[in-house]
Formats: sequence, C-alpha cells, structure tokens
Amino acid sequence: MDQLKIEVKNLNFHYAGNVHALKNISLPVHENSVTALIGPSGCGKTTLLRCFNRMHDLYPKNRYEGEIVLDNVNILSGDVDVIDLRSRVGMVFQKPTPFPMSIFDNIAYGLKLKGVTKRSDLSEKVETALRQSALWNEVKDKLGASAYELSGGQQQRLVIARALAVKPEVLLFDEPTSALDPISTAKIEELAINLKEEVTIIIVTHNMQQAARMSDWTGFLMLGELIEFGKTDKIFTAPSEKLTEDYVTGRFG
Amino acid sequence: MSIFDEELRNLKERILKMGLLVEAAIRDSIKSLVDRDPDLAGEVIKRDHQINALDVEIDEECIRLLAIRQPKAGDLRFITTAMKITTDLERMGDLAEDICERAIELNEEPPLKPYIDIPRMAEIAQGMLIDVLDAFVRKDTSVAYDVIHRDDEVDNLTVQIFNELVFFMIQDPRAVSRAVKITYIAKYLERIADHATNIAEMVVYMVEGRMIRHTEAK
Repeated sequence: MDQLKIEVKNLNFHYAGNVHALKNISLPVHENSVTALIGPSGCGKTTLLRCFNRMHDLYPKNRYEGEIVLDNVNILSGDVDVIDLRSRVGMVFQKPTPFPMSIFDNIAYGLKLKGVTKRSDLSEKVETALRQSALWNEVKDKLGASAYELSGGQQQRLVIARALAVKPEVLLFDEPTSALDPISTAKIEELAINLKEEVTIIIVTHNMQQAARMSDWTGFLMLGELIEFGKTDKIFTAPSEKLTEDYVTGRFG
Repeated sequence: MSIFDEELRNLKERILKMGLLVEAAIRDSIKSLVDRDPDLAGEVIKRDHQINALDVEIDEECIRLLAIRQPKAGDLRFITTAMKITTDLERMGDLAEDICERAIELNEEPPLKPYIDIPRMAEIAQGMLIDVLDAFVRKDTSVAYDVIHRDDEVDNLTVQIFNELVFFMIQDPRAVSRAVKITYIAKYLERIADHATNIAEMVVYMVEGRMIRHTEAK
C-alpha cells in the first residue's frame, strides 16, 4: 500500500499562451490507493490530472517542465509512446462518453485495438470488465443493445469497464459523478474503492464529501500550487495548513 | 457570519451556560456542607434537571449539525468535543448532587470536625472547571495543560483526607458513619477534578487535533 506508483517532481505546466497553470508541484501517488485532488475552480487540479496521461499533448504549444515518474520512467520525456501511456493510464470523464455502438462493442473496441480478435477471448474479457465495474448483472441479457439505452450511471460504469478492459495500471477520474444522481454516485464510489486492489486511482472532485469518502490520500491545490498533501483522514480532521482548513470547512475567501 | 457559524456560536454559548450551572452546583454543594444548610443542598438537587436538559439539548444539536453540515477539520473537532464535554459536565452535576445528599445526611448528626481540606479541594476543582471552560472558549491549550497538571494536587488532597479520616475512625467507632460520608465527598470532588481534566484533554484535541488521553504527552 505504501509503494509509490507515481512520483511528481517539481512539475510546472504552461498552457499555450504562457498561462502558468501548475507551479512546482511535487507529490507521491501511492500504489493501489485512491488519491483525491481537491481545490477551488481554477486551482489546477484537472490540469494536473491531465498531465498523468499527457492529455495536454492534444493541443500544441502546451508545455511541461519537471518530471512525472511512473514506475521509474519519466513519462514527460519525449521518447515516451503516448498511445501506450494512455492504455496504461486510463481516464474517465465527467460526463459518460459511450461510443455509438452496442454495449459489447464499447468494451471490445479497445481490446480489438490491442490485437484481441478471437470472439471467445473478447467475450471473456468483456464479461470480466463488466463484472469488475459492477454492471454485468444489469446488462448481461442485452449486450447487443445500444450503449445509449443505459442510464447515466450505467453509462459511466460502462465507460469504466471499457477503461478496465485494457488492463490499465492507473485510472484517472475527472469529476466522475458530477452528472449522476446519489444512488449512481454511491455505486461509482464503491466501485472505485473496490478497484484499487487492481489499479491505482487518482480522482479530481468538487465534492469534498466524496473525496473524504473515497480516497486514502488527498492533495489540496490552490492557484496552481499544492498547498497540502497528506492522508485523507488527516486533511479532513486536522489539516496542517490554514488555507486547507478554510477550504474544507467551507470558509474559503 | 454564515448560518453555520451562527449555529456553532450558539452551541458554544449553550455549553458555557451548562458549565456555569455545574460550577454553581459544585460551589453551592460545598457551601451547604460547610454551612450545614440542608435547604441549599435541596435546592442544588432540584436544579440538576436544568443541567440534564442542557446535556440532552446540546447532544441533539451536535447530532443535527453532524447530519446536516457534515463538518470537517476544526468544525468537526469542535462539535465532537462539544458532545464529549457535555457528558463530563453532566457527570460533574451529578457528583455535586451526591455531595448535597451526603451534606443533608451529615447535617442530621453533630459535626465531626471543621472542614479545612474539603473546601480547599473544592476550590481547586472549581477553579479547574472555570479555567477549562475558559480554555475551551478561547481555544487556549496552555490553560488546558495547566488544568491537567492541577489534577495531581486534588489527588494528593484526597489521599490526605482519607488518611486523616481513617485516624478518626480508629479513635472513635461512633465517627465511622460520618467519616465514611466525608470520604465519599472527597472522592466526589476528586472525580469532579478528573472530569475537568477530561475536558482539558478534549480542548487540546479540539485545538491541536491531537489525542493526549491515556498518553504521557501531557
């Protein structure tokens, strides 16, 4: 549990146009645990999350400085295969993003890209992923149905199953439940907690209660700086920094 | 000030009110003993329901705030401390009531001896309560630590009183019943001081986020 999966070292990030969005961030990401990033809007938490699978590369002129070391390799270095990185570090977004195809094909899609073509292999891996994301019992009789027929919460679990199918080592959650009702939210939270046995999870959330419930570690960011990082229990019961205290007790600003 | 801040302030005021009622109960219980005033003792016993009512009221308010506000960090520590403090205060109120009961019984017999150490002990215990309430309100851990250290004085006085009363008992068997009752009173005061110490330890937790109960970190 205390093994480090990722280590962020003096990370600076500039958006095109020279917006200095992350300032000298250093933090550990512990393996098989949930790390939550919290902070007010514009603090840089989503920007930081997107560094972990180099989503920022999709826009030219974005610039990283420093290191993000994943299993002893700096993933920010030029020779890293970004496509390979993104299959090792999966991402789940705020709104469910199912593909316009059947439930089965949504999950088989990534597997086929990875070269899995045998029907029996595909079926087995799809089922495993759906079981892992606690969706199997709800969809097993309608795998051929369109993914759009599922509810929002089910779609989000489908997307998680899709990410899990390619066996990622790290899963990034960007506000994964902000578009969901409380019951679906609870299911996703429980799912994430169960998944940490197999993957390392980093979650960005506006919902502090959610961060408190789900995570083992919490980082609080403000204006692009990491103000405090520590055990979640500590951050929510006795934070060290006044700014953290003000934020978690809702007395910000 | 936000509605939540207002609720917290209100909670703090009610705890203070409860603390002051308990302090008055302790003061009057000892006065009733020393002055041999059973009417005053009866009055203290009658007043105890006010303390009990506040205990329930404060607990309910804390539970409501936990459910509605989902407090964190300093707010969480304040509310959980409030819940524990009221339990200690309520027990102190009960002990004052016990002192009054013994005072009424002792008043039915001739005085055994002038009270010297008991009022001294009571004064220390009362001072501890007043100071710990002050530490709670001002979030002052140095005062809280001072209260914790004063508990030893009370413990020493308890032993001293006990030894003295044993001597009385050996000398004159007719003194036994009274001496035992006075020993009880010393024990009640010692417990009152212990509760003040518990509150002081909770104040340290509330301010610093550190549990010092059952540790040597005092």
